[in-house]
Amino acid sequence: MNFIDHNILTIVTFLPLAGALLLTLFPNRDRDIKWFALGITLITLLASLHLPWHFDRSQAGFQFEQNVQWISHPNIHYHLGVDGISLWLVVLTTFLLPLCVLISWKSIHGSVKEFFILMLVLETAMLGVFVALDLFLFYFFWEATLIPMALIVGVYGHGRRIYAAVKFFLYTMIASVFMLAALIWLYAHTGTFDFVAIQQAIQNGQVPGFEAAAKWLFLGFFVAFAVKVPLFPLHTWLPDAHVEAPTAGSVVLAGVLLKMGTYGLLRFNVGLFPEQSRANADWISVLAIIGIIGGALVAMVQPNIKRLVAYTSVSHLGFVVLGIFSFTQIGVDGAVYQMLNHGISTGALFMLLGMIYDRRHTYEVTEFGGLATPMPVYATFFTFIMLSSVGLPLLNGFVGEFMILNGAFQARQLYGILAATGVIWAACYLLWMYQRVFQGQITNPANKNLADLDARERISLWPLALAALVMGVVPDLWLRYISPSVSDALKHFSSGLQASAPAATHATHALMQVIGR
Amino acid sequence: MIPTVDYIRILPGLVLSVFGILIMLVDPVLPEDSSKKALGYIALVGVLASLAATAYQTGFYGDAFYGMVRVDTFSIFFHFVVLLVALVTILSSFEYLEVQRIKAGEYYALVLFATVGMALMSSAIELVLIFIGIEISSIATYVLAGFRRRAAESAESSLKYFLLGSFATAFFLYGVAMMFGATGTTNVYRIAEAISTQPSVIVYLAVALMFVGLGFKVAAAPFHVWTPDVYEGAPAPVTGFMSTAPKAAAFAVLLRVLFAMDAPGWFWMIWIAAVVSMTIGNVGALVQNNVKRLLAYSSIAHAGYLLVAFAAAKTTGISAAIFYAASYALMNVGAFAIVAHLAGKGERYVTLEDYTGLGRRSPLIASLLTIFLISLIGIPVTGGFFAKFYVFAAALQSNLVGLTIIGVINSAIAAYYYLRIIVYMYMRDERSEAVVAPMPAGLGAAVAISVVATIYLGVLPNRVLDGAIRAAQDLVK
Repeated sequence: MNFIDHNILTIVTFLPLAGALLLTLFPNRDRDIKWFALGITLITLLASLHLPWHFDRSQAGFQFEQNVQWISHPNIHYHLGVDGISLWLVVLTTFLLPLCVLISWKSIHGSVKEFFILMLVLETAMLGVFVALDLFLFYFFWEATLIPMALIVGVYGHGRRIYAAVKFFLYTMIASVFMLAALIWLYAHTGTFDFVAIQQAIQNGQVPGFEAAAKWLFLGFFVAFAVKVPLFPLHTWLPDAHVEAPTAGSVVLAGVLLKMGTYGLLRFNVGLFPEQSRANADWISVLAIIGIIGGALVAMVQPNIKRLVAYTSVSHLGFVVLGIFSFTQIGVDGAVYQMLNHGISTGALFMLLGMIYDRRHTYEVTEFGGLATPMPVYATFFTFIMLSSVGLPLLNGFVGEFMILNGAFQARQLYGILAATGVIWAACYLLWMYQRVFQGQITNPANKNLADLDARERISLWPLALAALVMGVVPDLWLRYISPSVSDALKHFSSGLQASAPAATHATHALMQVIGR
Repeated sequence: MIPTVDYIRILPGLVLSVFGILIMLVDPVLPEDSSKKALGYIALVGVLASLAATAYQTGFYGDAFYGMVRVDTFSIFFHFVVLLVALVTILSSFEYLEVQRIKAGEYYALVLFATVGMALMSSAIELVLIFIGIEISSIATYVLAGFRRRAAESAESSLKYFLLGSFATAFFLYGVAMMFGATGTTNVYRIAEAISTQPSVIVYLAVALMFVGLGFKVAAAPFHVWTPDVYEGAPAPVTGFMSTAPKAAAFAVLLRVLFAMDAPGWFWMIWIAAVVSMTIGNVGALVQNNVKRLLAYSSIAHAGYLLVAFAAAKTTGISAAIFYAASYALMNVGAFAIVAHLAGKGERYVTLEDYTGLGRRSPLIASLLTIFLISLIGIPVTGGFFAKFYVFAAALQSNLVGLTIIGVINSAIAAYYYLRIIVYMYMRDERSEAVVAPMPAGLGAAVAISVVATIYLGVLPNRVLDGAIRAAQDLVK
């Protein structure tokens, strides 16, 4: 392995942090600071593209690994690596961050330098979460995301920002403490924090006392991730955090931070405790479905657009969890794909909302109406992104939801039927909101002379719109990376489920033909 | 005839004493109204010389003075901790004394003498000498607590600390006497041999009495009642000093008494004290509005976490406790250095409201304080994170599941009140009228030392942790 392949993950992960450190030395000239932050995030994006470029798709295990001892007692390693699942989450993160810098160009007033430092530190921590293969290192990065995010919400947010920031912080902090307890237990009984080694030891039955403790360990990890996802009924921090957060904060929160939860469920809960996952799949799926339907229904009646979009996250991530806990190839593939989709489309929705907030300083639906007349470009972008979020065929959301529903039908038909209604609800709340905000006559004179999107705003939206389209038309570009790793992750699940549903398998093949495999 | 090497084995203490006496001699020569900064520099040189002496000691492991003092990794580790704390305290006192118009040279001498006592506490292996060490450090600290002569609460602080402190040391002495009665020796390691067979009731009683005395010194509940008042009244740098260095030294003594002496019957005593300290400390801190008082309660809670590591001994618990003591001392003394700076003349600005908007008024100071607070919460990239991690990992390895859960819940509660300070500094809109002076060089150096140490322990804890592990091995050998 050459030098770059060997160190690329470290480079990608710590580039933003290095940028943040340099930024502390910068003079307080906002313009330079913004350009510098943009440059750093773009360089990080370019560096991260090395990963899919040189990724060996024929191999399911971890790649670009780096494994050196960090601390000798306890035995903690600096172990990084990506597989097909985490690979795209890394790229999603580096892809969204330059856009976050762009969207914050004019909306952050005061303490601009600190804002971009926090964003860059947050980027490093998030990337670390996705590439860490040592449980301790994972926890280290996981906790490190807390303070920057809480500060971004609490310092740069809107009216009730303090309440939202403290709530976000305490929810996540308290929940992740259970994960800490679980991973210390694993260390105490295996002598290592290494994900791969622990997974091996559990599969070979070499962990003393594992049978008795497995249930609690599973729950310890589960609580930490479920809060982050967020899964009903632990989701209440999310709408508050979103509504109060500045736009870039919302984009990162919805786009990346929530994925840390679903990624954790897939990597650690399913990866380490397959039997417990199977035993608990039923109630988790039910919670996910409650999230899908409940989140959608609550979203429908929100008078605040941002809160509405926040609740759609509860609904969409319910799909992801349902897909993961279907334990079918297509369901989990779809779940991973949907994580990316949600990052793209919800990230874009929050950016769009931020643009209107910059102009009107409100998110209330009743304040708007007929916006399509003064802002045609804005309305077009909004329509496009909204349709991708609803799941219109040929856009990205459709592929993910279709695959997840397919997996859910294979796992249990009732789940599939219930979850499928979520697609309908999504159409209801988004289209209804669209109608009230963009169509009809302009009722509020304040909306009459709103300026349409300027070049900077268009530049920040185009990449997302393009991604939504390409991901909807040629999902195979992504799925061919994801599938081998997913099937590897699922190899410990008996194939009984898939065999028992021949009809569904048939549908899978049909879909595979449609999406070109 | 006492061999020369014996003097090397108490060299750090000797150096400090010499410099302390030097300060006392120079003080009357200086004009009465001068700033006495020169004395501070002498003290600084003294501490640095003592650090060098400690480093020099690493080549001279062994006992001295007929088995009263022992130089080993354990004693050297704690020497470094208390000396670093003293260094930070002296550096942050330059500005403080000037702002408060305290013109007393003996302040610096007292800091040095207190440090002598603590150095002795960590290297003494003989109960009477340990007692003398405790007294030397305590008496100096009683006086230091009363240095804001014009403030009533400072006098109250000093008097309270003195009365309750003497009471507590009496308990310790009583325990020593009983131990001597039961075993016929006061040497820790010979007591260990004597009580290894069949400890009598008196031994249990002696251990309990000694624990009461030391529990007071480390501010562990239920012996914590003095803490909030004393910490609030004492000058802020002194509070930083006495919430860290004497605590670390007293924990060193407690480690010696419990584990080197192999005292019986300590487990439930420690267990209960740990649970009560964590809970009282954290719940008490939740409602505080005065930052010094808040940190006082938090220091009670931290004593509780440390006791969790004690309960997890002897596997990895001892090294976890040693590491915790070091990282707690460094982050807390840093936090207090900043609190002292912000307090202003007459310590007027010490409430949470005075910290409102600090993030905008002086971003540097606010961000430094944030680092210390993050470390006190126990969030990664800081020493506090690893310290807490080792403590709870040790507890789980010893199968103390209940204690771990209580501790973990407590540290989640603690996050709330530390976060409150951050909220006030950054997130509130209104501004307080408190004026923040720019940071002078001495304080800057003090804070830099503690920030660098805190982050170093959070990113590369390997070396210090290895030191802690070797210290633990030396202790129970």
